[in-house]
Amino acid sequence: MDLVEFFTSNFGEVLFKTRQHFVLVAVSSGIATAIGVPMGIAVVKWKTLRGPILGLANVLQTIPSLALFGFLIPLPFIGGIGARTAIVALIVYGLLPIVRNTYTGITGVDPAVKDAAVGMGMTSSQLLWLVELPLALPIMVAGIRIATVIGVGVATIAALIGAGGLGDFIFRGVSMVDNTVILAGAIPAALMALTADGALHLVEKRLDWRGRGRA
Amino acid sequence: MSEENLAGVEPVVTFAGASYSINGRLLVGPLDFAVSRGETVVFLGESGSGKTTTLRLINGLIHPTEGTVSVNGRQTSAWDGVQLRRNIGYVIQESGLLPHLTVNKNVGLVPKLKGWTPAEIARRVKEMLELVGLSPGDFGDRYPHQLSGGQRQRVGVARALAADPPLLLCDEPFGALDPATRRALQREFKELAHRLDKTVVFVTHDVREALLLGDRVIVLEAGRVRFTGSPQEFSTSDVPAVQAMLGDSWTS
Repeated sequence: MDLVEFFTSNFGEVLFKTRQHFVLVAVSSGIATAIGVPMGIAVVKWKTLRGPILGLANVLQTIPSLALFGFLIPLPFIGGIGARTAIVALIVYGLLPIVRNTYTGITGVDPAVKDAAVGMGMTSSQLLWLVELPLALPIMVAGIRIATVIGVGVATIAALIGAGGLGDFIFRGVSMVDNTVILAGAIPAALMALTADGALHLVEKRLDWRGRGRA
Repeated sequence: MSEENLAGVEPVVTFAGASYSINGRLLVGPLDFAVSRGETVVFLGESGSGKTTTLRLINGLIHPTEGTVSVNGRQTSAWDGVQLRRNIGYVIQESGLLPHLTVNKNVGLVPKLKGWTPAEIARRVKEMLELVGLSPGDFGDRYPHQLSGGQRQRVGVARALAADPPLLLCDEPFGALDPATRRALQREFKELAHRLDKTVVFVTHDVREALLLGDRVIVLEAGRVRFTGSPQEFSTSDVPAVQAMLGDSWTS
């Protein structure tokens, strides 16, 4: 059976799996951002947290994804079989690039600019909200972009623990030794990764002051 | 919070045996001087002489490790640092503008921090840009990176003046400009500070700038005061540090 034929005769299922996949990635990237950005800010503001948090995020990143899914299954509340466990694992993978880029973005702000802002009478929270975060935003978004693209790939493995998504086609194709079915999962996943990458790259550029005010 | 006002009391800035050390190493001091209202005092010295440290002692970014620094009769350590700084204009080298904000937003920043209404801020920003010779219509919506060095420095001066602070601190504001632009801005700045009756503490390594702008010149070398006097006294001084600077200024 060739690919075009597979897509036309299974259009509904492809759409359904793609949507499942998208929800897994969108929800986990959203939550990873909501956790990772404050963690990144905390790491900048409290130096003692820097080693432990960045270290932990680094270690979590090194756990093979398959093993991480395995570890999570027996855990109460966050574990088990299904999408919830997959989302927890995807958040764990997304954290490092987001925390690290938030930290790098804020600490990379020109000290002379910060000095001027404080010299004009900004409080430390005004410095954060009016100067540091706006200037760090493009780098923070780059971190979210990396986390999301990684998430699209890792989410294919989540099919193994019953989370659904495009991984279902890939694993089905592997067990049937049928490349067409593998591609039915792999191609939409690759397109999703490219689209997310391109869209977030645009956001990143729009937020960068270097491009502002150009006609 | 009560509005702090620096105007009306003399002297505006007083250093009494003030020095600043870090890890036992003296960066500047001991300094003993007073700046009276409307006066321009220029600190002249090489980089590392303690000029910038002296400015940071005035706006409370650092506090003296010995002696006291007072602004408007009150020690800087007794001020709320944020309130103190909002009442002092601060002009620094070109990177001091916030790169992600337009000229209008940069100039209106301190009034905004002080809680002015948008209409008051807009009116004041327009007035300030005209004061420094920039057309509000042409420049207001531009970003700092779309301006020349001289234009950026004009915006920096407009921003420092926006909340009408009686005291201005200037940290080599014209250092990065080409000589012709620098001379023009120095003259305009002098005229402006005089007309608006501002008290100014200015630091520079440029002897000609110091002599042009200063009512009084204080020479710093490795954190220590080597000379204090008027530009006329400076030109005829036999202090070795001054002699060396005068010699250099002819060859540069």
